[in-house]
Amino acid sequence: MSNPIDHSTYNYDVVRKFAVMTVVWGVVGMLVGVIIAAQLAWPSIMYTDLPWLTFGRLRPLHTNAVIFAFGGSALFSTSYFIVQRTCHTNLFAPGLAKLTFWGWQLVILSAAITLPMGYTSSKEYAELEWPIDILITLVWVCYGIVFFGTIVKRKTSHIYVANWFFGAFIITVAVLHIFNNLEIPVAPFKSYSIYGGAIDAMMQWWYGHNAVGFFLTAGFLGIMYYFVPKQAERPVYSYRLSIVHFWALIATYIWAGPHHLHYTALPNWTQTLGMVMSLILLAPSWGGMINGVMTLSGAWHKLRTDPILKFLVVSLSFYGMSTFEGPMMAIKTVNALSHYTDWTIGHVHSGALGWVAMVSIGAMYHLIPIMYGRKFGEMYSIRLINIHFWLATIGTVLYIASMWVNGIMQGLMWRAFNDDGTLTYSFVESVEASYPGYMIRAIGGVLFLTGMLIMAYNLWKTMRADVPSAATLTEQSA
Amino acid sequence: MDANDLRGITTLIVMVAFIGVCIWAYSSKRKSRFDEASQLPFSDEETPENNKSQEKQTHE
Repeated sequence: MSNPIDHSTYNYDVVRKFAVMTVVWGVVGMLVGVIIAAQLAWPSIMYTDLPWLTFGRLRPLHTNAVIFAFGGSALFSTSYFIVQRTCHTNLFAPGLAKLTFWGWQLVILSAAITLPMGYTSSKEYAELEWPIDILITLVWVCYGIVFFGTIVKRKTSHIYVANWFFGAFIITVAVLHIFNNLEIPVAPFKSYSIYGGAIDAMMQWWYGHNAVGFFLTAGFLGIMYYFVPKQAERPVYSYRLSIVHFWALIATYIWAGPHHLHYTALPNWTQTLGMVMSLILLAPSWGGMINGVMTLSGAWHKLRTDPILKFLVVSLSFYGMSTFEGPMMAIKTVNALSHYTDWTIGHVHSGALGWVAMVSIGAMYHLIPIMYGRKFGEMYSIRLINIHFWLATIGTVLYIASMWVNGIMQGLMWRAFNDDGTLTYSFVESVEASYPGYMIRAIGGVLFLTGMLIMAYNLWKTMRADVPSAATLTEQSA
Repeated sequence: MDANDLRGITTLIVMVAFIGVCIWAYSSKRKSRFDEASQLPFSDEETPENNKSQEKQTHE
């Protein structure tokens, strides 16, 4: 293999391992996504007798792979990288850090085996059964010890804002994971939640929405607050704003979960509370988006030549867009139209592909060359990064636009009544009408996956050091 | 005093906390400290403990 660099100060070993696995799990998770998108578009050709390959089992495999394997590895990698570099010290307990890597891979492997076999607690994004839940908890505690231990031994007086976001993410995810997964085991891979009925639903979506808020937002804002200034080579637009929006964001997100349960058995006041808190959430979300985008003021010309910066800035645009869309969809009357339709799936992917994946990809392109002794951003091919950028952007737009059309159409068809009070459309008519959207979504997914494969090739060539690292950002194609 | 008074007081406390954070963050006293903090991503190229021995990093 190549020449991984042992930095004299920083521990890059575990950062590099997680970075490589980010790309690997990105490819795997998105491939499963494309397969299930194809199953929805062409159910006949995808029909199988094997229960392991049915949509119901592959769908949680897809969500777990992209959120916890791809997103999780990106978070581990970047947080270990950032906390060392902004604290001017190396990792606390490097042995434990290595343990978090192997432990997390074991969690992913267990998920990849048990989910297709049909073992599930049936809680969305928390499907894994109790032995795996315990393993996750152990890995997470080690993660917390390494991260906060490094903060404690820092050589700087200030704790950089990115570390505040990572810290909030680590603590909150621990609390969410433990309380949502309190369950009574009845067999090695079977358990029952200790909560019942509406309370169980509320716990689940308190967990579910804060998995979005802390795993998929706070952690990735930590990535943004380091890599956007670093790649743009200028400090963050307003450090003060970053402090205010940090506290506002973490104080508000925790209340937004009930908007997943509008018009259910949940008490009406709880639904209204969730709606109002979701609307308030627009402000701190946009605080972060504006802070990131404005960091480029005076450096906009860099966007012409630097595809890594394009990834980072476009991710912020999608973040701003989906955090506007989210509060809007949390309004009960809008939710009456959008809920249970493909609009929700489109919204999730606007955040997941547009924001989370793009900011991670940008950060990885910045970070991976450093792991192999090059200057930041000096991948094997800058041109391939640019191609990846356009594939990812067009793929995301196709995905979310087709789901908007499908979602609004489904919502309108389901609520249409005839004069005599009967339904205008049967459910299957709305499924049939959704077919073109499913096809376009699958195409969008294929484009996004192709981009990830190009990234994997670029990573491989960078690891192999097939070109001199003189391939600089400036020789980039327009 | 019933539960609704408590709810009202909680809202007030959260509001006061938010205003407090804003005043704290935007106070001119802390400007230089925050300017310094915002430079942290750029001061990381220097390695303050270059001369210190590192724990052994093994990989293949």
